Amino acid sequence: MTFGLPSDWSLEVPERYFTLESYDGGVARWCPGCGDFAVLSAVQRICRDEQIPPEKLAVVSGIGCSSRFPHYVHGYGFHGLHGRALPVACGAKSRRPDLHLWVATGDGDCCSIGAGHWLHAARYNVDMVVMLFDNGIYGLTKKQTSPTTPVGYGTNTHPDGAWLPPLDPVQAMLGFTNTSFVARSVDWNPLHLYQTLRAAYHHDGTSFVHILQRCPTYTGDLFDELRGDPDRIELLTHPDGVPADEGVLRLYQNRREHDPADLAAAREQAARRDRLPIGLLYRNPDAPRYDQHTVEGLGMAPADKLQALERELDRFAI
Amino acid sequence: MTVADTVAAGGPASAVPRESVTERIVEIVSDSGEGAQKAGQSFGTVCAKMGNGVWTVEIIPAEIKPPARSPAGASGIRVRFASRPVTNMGDQADLVVAFNEQVLYGRIASGAYRPGTVVLLESKWAEDGQEEIRRQYATAVAELRAQGLEVLELPMETACREVVPDPRVGKNMFVLGMLCQIFGRDLDKALAEVQAAFARKGEQVVATNRQLVRHGFAFAAARIPLAWDVPSMAGAEPLVVMNGNQAAGLGILAAGIEVVAMYPITPATSVSHYLGRAFARVGGHLHQAEDEIAAIGYAIGASWAGKTACTITSGPGLALKTEFLGFAVMAEIPLVVLVVQRGGPATGLPTKVEQGDLLASLFGQPGDAPKVVLAPATIEECFHFVVLARRLAEELRGPVLVLSDANLATGVSPFPRPRPDAAWLAPPIDQAAWPEGLLPYDWDATTGLSPRPVPGQRGGEHVVTGLAHTRKGKVAYDPHSNQEGCTMRSRKLASLAATLRPPQVYGTPEGELLVVGWGSTVGAIQEAVDRLRQEGHPVSSLHLRFLSPMEPGLEEIFSRFRQVLTVEINYSDAPDAPGIPPQTRRRAQLAQLLREQTLVDVDCVSSVPGQPLAPGGIADRLRHRLPTAEPGESA
Repeated sequence: MTFGLPSDWSLEVPERYFTLESYDGGVARWCPGCGDFAVLSAVQRICRDEQIPPEKLAVVSGIGCSSRFPHYVHGYGFHGLHGRALPVACGAKSRRPDLHLWVATGDGDCCSIGAGHWLHAARYNVDMVVMLFDNGIYGLTKKQTSPTTPVGYGTNTHPDGAWLPPLDPVQAMLGFTNTSFVARSVDWNPLHLYQTLRAAYHHDGTSFVHILQRCPTYTGDLFDELRGDPDRIELLTHPDGVPADEGVLRLYQNRREHDPADLAAAREQAARRDRLPIGLLYRNPDAPRYDQHTVEGLGMAPADKLQALERELDRFAI
Repeated sequence: MTVADTVAAGGPASAVPRESVTERIVEIVSDSGEGAQKAGQSFGTVCAKMGNGVWTVEIIPAEIKPPARSPAGASGIRVRFASRPVTNMGDQADLVVAFNEQVLYGRIASGAYRPGTVVLLESKWAEDGQEEIRRQYATAVAELRAQGLEVLELPMETACREVVPDPRVGKNMFVLGMLCQIFGRDLDKALAEVQAAFARKGEQVVATNRQLVRHGFAFAAARIPLAWDVPSMAGAEPLVVMNGNQAAGLGILAAGIEVVAMYPITPATSVSHYLGRAFARVGGHLHQAEDEIAAIGYAIGASWAGKTACTITSGPGLALKTEFLGFAVMAEIPLVVLVVQRGGPATGLPTKVEQGDLLASLFGQPGDAPKVVLAPATIEECFHFVVLARRLAEELRGPVLVLSDANLATGVSPFPRPRPDAAWLAPPIDQAAWPEGLLPYDWDATTGLSPRPVPGQRGGEHVVTGLAHTRKGKVAYDPHSNQEGCTMRSRKLASLAATLRPPQVYGTPEGELLVVGWGSTVGAIQEAVDRLRQEGHPVSSLHLRFLSPMEPGLEEIFSRFRQVLTVEINYSDAPDAPGIPPQTRRRAQLAQLLREQTLVDVDCVSSVPGQPLAPGGIADRLRHRLPTAEPGESA
């Protein structure tokens, strides 16, 4: 075997090849400059690079600006109710292990109205990517305080500034039971975002990615410091972590070799306030998965099912 | 000798000839945790196996272990069995076995007994170490006798102690043996029930309980001068016996539903207890969600991705699921919702029956959310209606609510064994390519129906959304799209309504009074109608199974009666309530719907006692609505 065509002169062409256009769900209607565009591009690129058939692509969201995400991806989308993306996603996956499942949720959607589902979804550890679009504000309803709004940041509901320190979604995830994948990235570094989401896609279980996402309309200045001074960010590197691109390495000079298997170290990094760690904080490929239990009897033949039913009725027969 | 005389005299069963009767109502009442329900269920099953019609009703306190010896803590069971099919709990009991005298007060307050009801009462309290208890016991026995109850004091615990060291555990099986003796039941059948009930606990437990049954059987022969026989019905049709929740669970399996998502709530939860085991055998998955909202979300997610799923709940859970139900209507996702009604509002009466969720089911959502609402009237229908609901949910592409209630959920009765059919099972998930150019909401202009692309179908990619949307599933806020979407969703109900037939009238097709009911009250209402007709009153009844859309032809049927009224277990202002003129009187829920739908002045007889309706009670209340002419004159 050398190179070129095989000896029988046949040319092997995959039956279908998907391009970026294959995942184009139409013109996105986010504000110009919104960080959501960057996430959309990254996901579409991953779908292309992984050659996911669009009909096997399931994108589930809640309500909010970022939850419009499914509308802009060509695939099967579920734009659901505020806070309820995660239960829907878990249900969708329960008998459909063949679907590639992505969840788009915001800081209000996931960490506030849907917070009850959030910690349980972490524990279920169903195979899916959960993208938390964190812009620190309620955007769609026009600038109300979210659980992740920084203390002192002025909003329409707290004009003199938010009263309390913000909830840290990464720390929360690292505290939940059976969490299996926690990473963080930023919308303004598309390379790192792509690599992080791609690593998330390849993890078997719930891959939670905290994405710092700019809202040019209401919190345009929120990440100015982080964007203006890359030294405020610390890049987590490791052979088992998010692969770091040349460009990413050039930009982020502060780096730390962090083993994602080390939960205690992950919690320590997440708790830091001097620099913001980005990359893979934690991964446990062996965490039990709920969706391995939910497929019981999947594909049982109707004849077997009818027989089993008769046996059930026998239990009640008189 | 009368029963009173024999009971007063005491003595062995052989002292009286075995009397053949057509029906008997038996209760076992106790403190919580004494196994009365298990004994009663076993006794009911034995009767069913011997060919009797049977209906059992559990008497359940709201707490797991309420204080002992308290009237409100009465826990137990009623078994009504007869030489014909039994469809309801009946009126007053003929015989009651009581483990203490205090719990009887709770039942007396509920009108469960009459003068002449025989009480087999545990007598150990007469010699209790506490004077207060001895006094309470003596007072109660005197009061019960003064009320005409035939009290026979029996040392049941002492007798049990000959078999087990702690009679609190095991007394119930002793009572099962007693009842088998009194009613001439086949002891082997009772022993087989014990075997089935305790098999999981090991041979020793089975052996002890079988011994207790035999001991109770012998004890009654020696000490209780009662001997009745309730002959079996004719008929060789194979039967099954179960409660309504088990029937619904089997219906779920027979419908081919493979995902059921729920959150524990009384009185719906026992469906999941059955399914938790059965799914492992029949193929499927029970999801106990973190809350009611997550449960319906999970079910909707499973439905969206493939086969129609089911969520199970009761009133408070239905309230929490409100938003998602509206979503299923808007996004047109098939879903079966089983609502086992209890008393409301709020936490209400968790273990007690009410038919209070009808309007919430129809109108609970903001905006217009048309959906199908069915109400099984019997335990058998709990099975078949779930099968029907799954098909309707798919054909109409939306949620179907099945309104059961606590009476059906815990009542046990035999019915003809269903014959599972491959056609009942949900078809495999369609993964064929989606026809090119076919829109995801390709609404038929007349019926509003449209086929549904399922994830995995190539070419059918689209987004489901709770926002107003076009036929392409695209978000649209324009006036036309919203109007069109609402119209199409409403037309689906109209198209189903067009396939329904007018309901059958029970009794003559015209007369003085037509009683309309829905849900679990059918047996009690029809029995009440039978009694009134025997008295010469021209009364008929009609029972609705489809509440949304409603069965057709009602105006025409109503026009043949001088009066139409509903009998329901939900609240209405009494017609003579002070300060309430007819214009502002709040009527029972079905009555409201019927008035709106037919423009007939439909009245109602309704109350919220937290108990199933008894035929005698219904007949009494209906008599007040009938002309005062002597019964029989108008016949």
